[in-house]
Amino acid sequence: MHKILEHSIIGPDVHLYRFDAPDVARYREPGQFVIVRISEDGERIPLTIADVDKDEGSITLIVQSVGKTTLELAQKKAGDSIPDICGPLGEATHIEKIGHVLCVGGGIGTAPLYPVAKGMKDVGNKVTSILGARSKELMILEEQMRSASDELVITTDDGSYGDKGLVTDAIQKLVDSGEKFDQCVAMGPPIMMKFVCLLTKKLGIPTLVSLNPIMVDGTGMCGGCRVTVAGKTKFACVDGPEFDGHEVDFDEMMARLTMYKDYEKESLEMYSEKHDCKLGVVGREK
Amino acid sequence: MKTKERLQLPPIDMPEQDPKVRVKNLNEVPTGYTPEMAMAEAKRCIQCKRPFCTEGCPVGIDIPAFIQLIEDGDFKGAIRKMKETNLLPAICGRVCPQEEQCQLVCTVGKSKKDPALSVNIGRLERFIADYEREHGEVELPPKPEPTGKKVAIVGGGPAGLTVAGDLIKHGHEVTVYEAFHKAGGVLIYGIPEFRLPKAIVQKEVDYLEKLGVVFKYNYVVGKTTPMKVLVEENDAVFVGTGAGLPRFMRVEGENLLGVYSANEYLTRANLMKAYSFPEASDTPLMKGKTVVTVGGGNVAMDCARTALRMGAKRSLIVYRRAEEQMPARLEEIHHAKQEGVEFRILQNPTKLIGDDKGWLKQVELLKMELGEPDSSGRRSPVPIKDSEFIEDIDVMIVAIGNSPNPLIPATFKELECTNWGGIIINESTGQTSVRGVFAGGDIVLGAATVILAMGHGRQAAEAMNMYLNSGRWSDLDEALSQERADVR
Repeated sequence: MHKILEHSIIGPDVHLYRFDAPDVARYREPGQFVIVRISEDGERIPLTIADVDKDEGSITLIVQSVGKTTLELAQKKAGDSIPDICGPLGEATHIEKIGHVLCVGGGIGTAPLYPVAKGMKDVGNKVTSILGARSKELMILEEQMRSASDELVITTDDGSYGDKGLVTDAIQKLVDSGEKFDQCVAMGPPIMMKFVCLLTKKLGIPTLVSLNPIMVDGTGMCGGCRVTVAGKTKFACVDGPEFDGHEVDFDEMMARLTMYKDYEKESLEMYSEKHDCKLGVVGREK
Repeated sequence: MKTKERLQLPPIDMPEQDPKVRVKNLNEVPTGYTPEMAMAEAKRCIQCKRPFCTEGCPVGIDIPAFIQLIEDGDFKGAIRKMKETNLLPAICGRVCPQEEQCQLVCTVGKSKKDPALSVNIGRLERFIADYEREHGEVELPPKPEPTGKKVAIVGGGPAGLTVAGDLIKHGHEVTVYEAFHKAGGVLIYGIPEFRLPKAIVQKEVDYLEKLGVVFKYNYVVGKTTPMKVLVEENDAVFVGTGAGLPRFMRVEGENLLGVYSANEYLTRANLMKAYSFPEASDTPLMKGKTVVTVGGGNVAMDCARTALRMGAKRSLIVYRRAEEQMPARLEEIHHAKQEGVEFRILQNPTKLIGDDKGWLKQVELLKMELGEPDSSGRRSPVPIKDSEFIEDIDVMIVAIGNSPNPLIPATFKELECTNWGGIIINESTGQTSVRGVFAGGDIVLGAATVILAMGHGRQAAEAMNMYLNSGRWSDLDEALSQERADVR
């Protein structure tokens, strides 16, 4: 059992959980993820690790409630426990000094991006970060990202905070102003990563993306997480989760994420009704 | 009773659920012998002086002895005798291919020139295990003196559980590291409930826990802890991580929505209980109207039969060779046919066709015929030119086999492996290229059977015990055969 040490709401339906998980924390590196099961009848869902505290033996996960499992998790309080956290899984991010790194985070994707940006800065890279969100209230980890970056650009779709526009607009603007990047790391919704990659490919900036497809075991056993990279089938759980974004078939990946859409809806509705709670309520006051 | 009389006794059938009823439930298909049936069947054993059955058993169960005890009505004695060599009889009695092992060489069957008329050893094994479980507490053997030696077992499947059971009885401290949230490996994620009830596997795991085995779940050795650390912190390590890397066909459209590996399909259905979705399980599984399973092994039969229970209107098996070449057990093929699974023999998928949203809609199948024998000695399937045709389907399950799981070999390069990724071992001891590290089961064999994995586990445990007690490594093989000879 893994005790919840902290549960705070950091945006609309966006929750930060700190779990007691010493075995997971011990050897974890940036870029890795865990598979979590929150009850005895629960499904196994992959979640990227935002942070660890090796001394405390804890891991931090930032989770947006989007379905039954994440909504049920959001009902839990500090002091409650969940049965299973498996990991750390996947390959770690390859962090090395390469020069100027552009970190692009979209919405909740900023959570897994933060340890990578921090790692990149710690080994001596210049880090420029762009954080995008639909609106101000969905912007997370701004302060942490500011401390891990030499420069930080904020964009929102509705212009409620920072520059109005998309992260791709901000990338283009930086490049137009003469900035040169040796590497881009993009983490966020698949559609954002797709368009960032289309742009950085044109601009000739190598780009890493972190994929979060549907998984069951996370050890290469089921193949549910298969993605096409450079024309070959890869398993995101063991070959990834990070890949060369210019080679990823994002359209296939996005389609595969919808495989259980109808089932998920049914399960969420059943839970919402039974427990009198729903998505789109928590964290709006911020 | 005279041998001649015994040979005239008819075999006792095991009652089964009606096919029409059972495709709508998850209960076990054969319901097991009653005590009267078991005693009647036991009378058919002629107690051979040289028991070929025992020689045909990968773990060497003293078969005539336990059958005699059943005939005498001493069921507890029979289970005690069984557990001297096999700790997991409830499982083996159900999933071992007895017709290829003990029952293939049974003298009774031979005398009638029909192995199907051999003594039903598997059913008797299952009976005594079930009898014990259903009649109160399972007996615990006396606790051994602790040796102070620590053993790590990587993977809680059939091989690992066997090693754990054997080594805990010798007084070693045993910890099993399991990647899933439950132990049992393929016994819980792969083999369906209607063939092996999960409660039975859980009981066997509980039994090992009572003996003192420690289970660490959600523990992916190579990720949660490097293998190297485990090797340093333990006196011996056993790697039994199985054949958990699904093979795909490499045809166009294999990543369409609705295409599963057998591993994923069965894991969702069994371990994650997708049949109870959404009421008592959060894990969905596409039901499908027409489900096609590709492959001809036991796993393919399990998938096709599970699909019916998930509510599929039609469940098809597509196999590129002839029916008599199917690797599945005859009983499994028979059960699948009884339940209405359609067999498409000598056909092979060449293309999967989807709609504009990526959903699987059709499969293109190519007809085959048998040609010359290949390297396996089987007549190989040859495509019939221009015989392609299209079938409307919505779920496909690829059950064409698994390769050894690469996680341990990839993160622990010191282990010598074959070019197909299996760990290389000394065949009689299970020793790997690294001192103190042993391996067995499907990580060595590729995808094989539960009982062969247990046989490997048994053998490795014996060698590990000797290594732990004597520290001998380079001549462990000889020392072990010496000891085996001395015992005889």
